[in-house]
Amino acid sequence: MDVLGILIPVSLFLGLLGLAFFVWAMKARQFDDPEGDANRILTKEWDDKPRP
Amino acid sequence: MTVAERDLEAGMTSGGFSACPACVAAPSAERIAQMAAPADARIMLSLPSAHCAACISAVEGKLNGFPGVKSARLNLTMKRVSVDAEPQITADILIEALKSVGYEAHELDAGLLSATEADKQARDLLMRLGVAFFSMMNVMLLSIAVWAGAEGATRDMFHWISAAIALPTVVFAGQPFFKSAWMSLRAGRLGMDVPISLALILASSISVFETIYSGHHAYFDAAVMLCFFLLIGRYLDYRTRAIARSAAEELAALEVPRATVLVDGAEVVRAISEIIKGDIVLVRPGGRMPVDGVVIHGESEVDRSLLTGESLPVFAGQGTLVSAGEVNLTGPLTLQVTAAGRDSSLHRMADLVAVAEAAKTRYTSLAERAASWYSPLVHILSFGAFGFWMWQTGGDLRYAINISAAVLIITCPCALGLAVPAVVTAASGRLFRKGLLIKQGTALERLAEVDTVVFDKTGTLTMGTPVATNLDDHPRQAVEVAAALAGASGHPLARALADAARAAGVHPAHVEELREVPGYGVEGQWKGQKVRLGRAEWCNAEGQTQTATWLCTGDAAPSAFTFTDRLRPGADVAVKALQSSGKRVILLSGDTEPAVAAIAATLGISEWASGQLPAEKAAKVASLTAEGARVLMVGDGLNDTAALAGAHVSISPATALDAARVASDIVLLGQDMAPIADAVRISRQSTRRIIENFMISGGYNLIAVPLALAGLATPLAAALAMSLSSITVSLNALRLK
Repeated sequence: MDVLGILIPVSLFLGLLGLAFFVWAMKARQFDDPEGDANRILTKEWDDKPRP
Repeated sequence: MTVAERDLEAGMTSGGFSACPACVAAPSAERIAQMAAPADARIMLSLPSAHCAACISAVEGKLNGFPGVKSARLNLTMKRVSVDAEPQITADILIEALKSVGYEAHELDAGLLSATEADKQARDLLMRLGVAFFSMMNVMLLSIAVWAGAEGATRDMFHWISAAIALPTVVFAGQPFFKSAWMSLRAGRLGMDVPISLALILASSISVFETIYSGHHAYFDAAVMLCFFLLIGRYLDYRTRAIARSAAEELAALEVPRATVLVDGAEVVRAISEIIKGDIVLVRPGGRMPVDGVVIHGESEVDRSLLTGESLPVFAGQGTLVSAGEVNLTGPLTLQVTAAGRDSSLHRMADLVAVAEAAKTRYTSLAERAASWYSPLVHILSFGAFGFWMWQTGGDLRYAINISAAVLIITCPCALGLAVPAVVTAASGRLFRKGLLIKQGTALERLAEVDTVVFDKTGTLTMGTPVATNLDDHPRQAVEVAAALAGASGHPLARALADAARAAGVHPAHVEELREVPGYGVEGQWKGQKVRLGRAEWCNAEGQTQTATWLCTGDAAPSAFTFTDRLRPGADVAVKALQSSGKRVILLSGDTEPAVAAIAATLGISEWASGQLPAEKAAKVASLTAEGARVLMVGDGLNDTAALAGAHVSISPATALDAARVASDIVLLGQDMAPIADAVRISRQSTRRIIENFMISGGYNLIAVPLALAGLATPLAAALAMSLSSITVSLNALRLK
């Protein structure tokens, strides 16, 4: 059961990492237009290079 | 530019309006725009018809390629585009540009303050939701280990870690519930949030207590799960309302907040509130009358359609009384103010609305009705269980509190909190895609109960724009001359005639010395003859009931070009669908009898009335309501406002006057009227789903509550009951078609 001592901190760390990314994504306003973003991947614009 | 100035400009230049031909060139607006320091314009447009990936490319491609536009981005969720542009770009230029690629657009008031405020709240809820989700997943991971049989020190350690995650989460994510519970307690009510908060606090504290004394059951997972599911409901609810509110309220105001006053011959722009009786006010062609007054100088025609529903412009000359809200069409008018501000007819209309709204009994929604008996019941059950087990166990406080906490957690309206928002979100999303905006949360429920539909005519069933009907009855030469004369005027009939001639491939004749005579028409010289296009009496012709303009060439007999008001697309479909679903359809219009009779006959409406005054419309709606009918009022004008406010539920098109839109519960964004029938159908369906959802969550409680009361509920049972019922009601909401 000693492995728990490693696994629990690891799982918590990964979870916190996920939370941190979520906070970042929200601050970067990535949830403002879910429907538009879902459609934007279908257009051919900016396929070769990212939008400046 | 400040917000107020933007408002003014927007008010004077908003397109898509029945009789505002010269708005774009309204000089006072231009001057005010110039007075402001040149700053980059941030323009927000509502695009009701945008719906796909191709729309994004088309709209952004068109706008980004437009000279002067720095960047444009379409938000498909909100169906609006925000544009950063150089100061000379106005919303109207962009609206025209979008029209050329086939998108109907309306200007939104970029009252940025309120927009960011709404955004902040939504993001705040989303943040709490994300945190609750993170803890739920991690606590659940540890809880599963406990349920799987972790014993002794291992179980205690898992409980301690859970506590470390769950307690901060409940404090942070539970705040919306704690706040609203506190507010409702202070107001002396027992809202739904009171048992929720109590369950959160009780579950957390009892779990900490159990953990300290290494007990078997801890409810940390239940507490964070409760937070998560209820926050989903909260967030959905908030987002639906935020989208509707921002779009409906930010649609640019059409009322003029300022007026041009003549002080000793000099023009001064003043706020309407500062104008007093006796002031001299100048109203340019295309402008809206800011006050009630009497014409002391100038001749013109005025469009009263929004106030009275009359589709025919009326002559205004010296001595004519005009009311605030009418549109000046052809010549500048100088008015002496007879009533301004509080006393103006516009304000009397607003008073009428206030009376109608006060008379309307506050509607209690299904959710409120459910909460009003559910929340006391939950408390009684929980305290009852506490008392019973105290008595049964001979004063075992720990056991009794454990049972009462379990009862609270299980009965906690997780599913109930999702039951309404999930359905309303699904339904309003569906209606939004059809071009209908739900402004009021309970509008859908009220719409479902409707059995009588009252329509206004001008601007609602019809577009409020005239269409030439008898171009083919005239010799080609006459049409050429008429087209040349019509091209020189901004009058709606002249514009309609010029458009029709152009569409028919007629080239305007060469007419010289074109001159517009305000209030009468246009005249000129053609092949040495005097030609005139205008009012019947100006051409010495007999007036007729139909909307018409007259052409007279020299001494020849005058001939009439007739017009009809075009039906709004989908009006016939909507009326037919409503009639076939058994609704009583009534047409109430302020217009003249022949015009109303013609429309009623075309649409197959047998019950109609013409020449209705605003108060008569409101009275008719009130009397229908008194007879027990649930009235849906559809209207756009100021004369409909009181009726809109007084009806059980009301719809107005996006082109309606501000006051009408504010008074109505649902706004029709597109031109098409067919979605109204769909809206009624979807609303009935969604009400049925809400009731089904209540029954589903009630069913879960029926099984789980006896278990909890008997002291058999474990944290595992609570978690299962909670998640299963929440998922079932969400899936049920998605069945909406």
